[in-house]
Amino acid sequence: MAGKVDTSLPLEYQTHQDRMNILGFWVFLGAEIVLFATLFASYFILVDRTAGGPSGADIFHLKEVLINTFLLLTSSFTAGLMIREMRNHNLKGMLILFGITLLLGLGFLSVEIYEFTIFVDKGAAIGTSAFTSALFTLLGTHGAHVSLGIGWGILIMIQLVKRGLTPTTARKTFIFSLYWHFLDVVWIFIFTFVYLKGMVM
Amino acid sequence: MGVLGAGTGHQFFVTGDPLILASQIAIGLTILGIVGGLTYFKKWRWLWTEWLTTVDHKRIGILYILAGVLMFFRGGVDGLMMRLQTSRPEMEFLNSQHYNEIFTTHGIVMILFAAMPLLIGIMNVVLPLQLGARDVAFPWLNALSFWLFFVGAMLFNISFVIGGSPDAGWTSYFPLAGKEFTPGIGNNYYAVALQIAGIGTLATGINFIVTVLKMRAPGMTLMKMPMFAWTSFITSIIIVAAFPIFTVALLLMTMDRLFGTHFFTVAAGGEPMLWLNLFWLWGHPEVYIVALPAFGMFSEVISTYSRKNLYGYSTMVWSIITIAFLSMIVWVHHFYTMGSGPAVNSFFSITTMLIAVPTGVKIFNWLFTMRKGRIKFTTSMLWALAFIPCFTIGGVTGVMLAMAAADYQYHNTMFLVAHFHYVLIPGVVFAVFAGLYYWWPKMFGFTLNERIGKWHFWLFVIGFNMTFMPMFFVGLDGMSRRMYTYSAGLGWENPLMFSFIGSLVLAAGFAAMVYNIYWSFRYAKRGVDHDPWDARTLEWATASPVQAYNFAKIPEVKSTEAFWDMKKEGTHTLKESEIEKIHLPSNSGVPFLLSVAIGIVGFFLVFEWFIPAAIAAVLIIVGLIVRSFDYDEGFYVSVDEITKTEKKWRGDL
Repeated sequence: MAGKVDTSLPLEYQTHQDRMNILGFWVFLGAEIVLFATLFASYFILVDRTAGGPSGADIFHLKEVLINTFLLLTSSFTAGLMIREMRNHNLKGMLILFGITLLLGLGFLSVEIYEFTIFVDKGAAIGTSAFTSALFTLLGTHGAHVSLGIGWGILIMIQLVKRGLTPTTARKTFIFSLYWHFLDVVWIFIFTFVYLKGMVM
Repeated sequence: MGVLGAGTGHQFFVTGDPLILASQIAIGLTILGIVGGLTYFKKWRWLWTEWLTTVDHKRIGILYILAGVLMFFRGGVDGLMMRLQTSRPEMEFLNSQHYNEIFTTHGIVMILFAAMPLLIGIMNVVLPLQLGARDVAFPWLNALSFWLFFVGAMLFNISFVIGGSPDAGWTSYFPLAGKEFTPGIGNNYYAVALQIAGIGTLATGINFIVTVLKMRAPGMTLMKMPMFAWTSFITSIIIVAAFPIFTVALLLMTMDRLFGTHFFTVAAGGEPMLWLNLFWLWGHPEVYIVALPAFGMFSEVISTYSRKNLYGYSTMVWSIITIAFLSMIVWVHHFYTMGSGPAVNSFFSITTMLIAVPTGVKIFNWLFTMRKGRIKFTTSMLWALAFIPCFTIGGVTGVMLAMAAADYQYHNTMFLVAHFHYVLIPGVVFAVFAGLYYWWPKMFGFTLNERIGKWHFWLFVIGFNMTFMPMFFVGLDGMSRRMYTYSAGLGWENPLMFSFIGSLVLAAGFAAMVYNIYWSFRYAKRGVDHDPWDARTLEWATASPVQAYNFAKIPEVKSTEAFWDMKKEGTHTLKESEIEKIHLPSNSGVPFLLSVAIGIVGFFLVFEWFIPAAIAAVLIIVGLIVRSFDYDEGFYVSVDEITKTEKKWRGDL
């Protein structure tokens, strides 16, 4: 890449362009915060508008939610370990942890899809009420982000295998990890304010 | 009306209206002309390598401006048709449905597809140059932003010949914009096309924020940035804060219209007011997204032609920041009359009126900049001068509208229409014109004709006032907006006829601008000096038109008026020994092709053809994969080539 390489910094920060990419991604995450905040606000407005259909208390199931929370939080942890291995220049360990992270994400998605079929079985389809519309859209947007993250992660893994650990692949991996942690943070909000609140209140 | 489309009750090609038939023929002939011309002059390769694949911020800026002028024409024709339709009572030029479509597309086209690209285009050309940078932070993303905007705009524009235009107003309030009341596909265009263009804009916002934070020339602290760079920066922050809200609002609209959800429809518990809140949470900051860069342009123009530095630089900066902050907490003033209650209305009334304070500060700063200046009355400067009184009328009527109690009288009348045109036309369009005349030599290496420019100026300004001033009076007289016709004897005929004549004068002003561009391309003197206005900021320190690499040597900055200092101290020179090779990014066809793929998916979604949309979505995934595996590291411009290029325009090398 262009510019001077500062080898005193971690791999992903060594060129000016890479530093800009990382900052740009942080700004993008700012936009993502606004995006999810808007979805949450819409959900809170419509949460009681069940139009005679099922409410959160009727359809939420603690077991699936806990499994999902466990899967996603663990995947965020393994993503953190992956970056630790990257800093240690251990490509193999990094790839293993990357793979585990994506598999956990895949597990999360499978459970979420299964959960959606339960919702529908219980008479809560996306068009049932304003509440279910908001619920499916919020969860679906998060789920779509996870799906996109898995596809993106696979592409980065291929590049790591092909090119080894370079400033560019390190930067890509690092940005992926930021994205992945962000999805985890969003999930914590979903877990608390959609599921727990829905089950308790 | 014939039905060529699927069984959903809409037709594929819109038929049965002579106006639309004429446009269809015109579009067909234009496409034939462009394709024929490109083939005849063997320009396809040139088009691809020089423009469709470019990642150079200056060229992307020019593409934005070109698209913006085209869309300004389209929106202008919509406006003319509206004024003709209301020029006489019981006029039978447009039917009510056609009128609904025209005021809807006029609003969207003017705000999102004319004002935005013109401003972002000028920002693209000027911002990196003012910062003393080689490029924007993410050149590839910049190209993607443009093509997403362009594809979104084109998708929106074909609506009136293919499938039918959106017709629920530019604000598309529910329940009217829902499937129940507008079952055709017109409003699907609104949801999908604006989404595509909006994502492009969001990417631009991110790009410019990083550009400003990371690519300023050495010595240029934030408080030494030129005012236009400041306004571009703050605008970008508002974009990143506000556009995701619009993204979500449009997503929810798409879900409601295409997938049977109930966000905004009263059936099954939905809430139409949610749409209003989300729309204006984006829509009001949007007003400042288009106004702030325009204020930045006026600051540069007024300072240069008054031959003085900008009065009250730091208060200017703080007023922009204050406006940005306040812009986010005023949105409810768009629906005072819809049952918010006195406490809520009072809060938003006060925040709204507060915006007049920092805006007033800016007006006074401009006036004090001119005080005791040696003012040069160039065309650019005339636009800036005309802006001040016209915009003040818009501002004062804005404060009138900001009073919640009084707004019950004005709400949704022509008074409102007059008000926001008095804000947006001086505050954005005049600024864009000032900016175009000012920066034109930077883009093309020749100046626009000043004589034709003055025709352009006078026709446009007089036409503008003639068109919109009468609306204040018919509005106070009870005429509501979006009325397609009215009975005789209400006393509105004469003002509205006057307004129509004014709109013709306005159109003549636009025509003068187009003629000016044409004339100047053919006859204007080439090889104009790199600093024709004796200006003060860094973009004038480099050649006109600017070389691909912007600056042979990145300048060092000591004050807000870096180039002015350099000229005074004689330090804008370049020694041959200082030249080093320069890295530039390679062109890429991916942004263009990826955007086309997204446009195709969007088109299928508009028509609710989900299987073709899913198949076409594979193209998007392919595009993203290609991008992910793209390790092109650009190329270097050699010292020899830089020396040669610099020698061509510099006297001192």
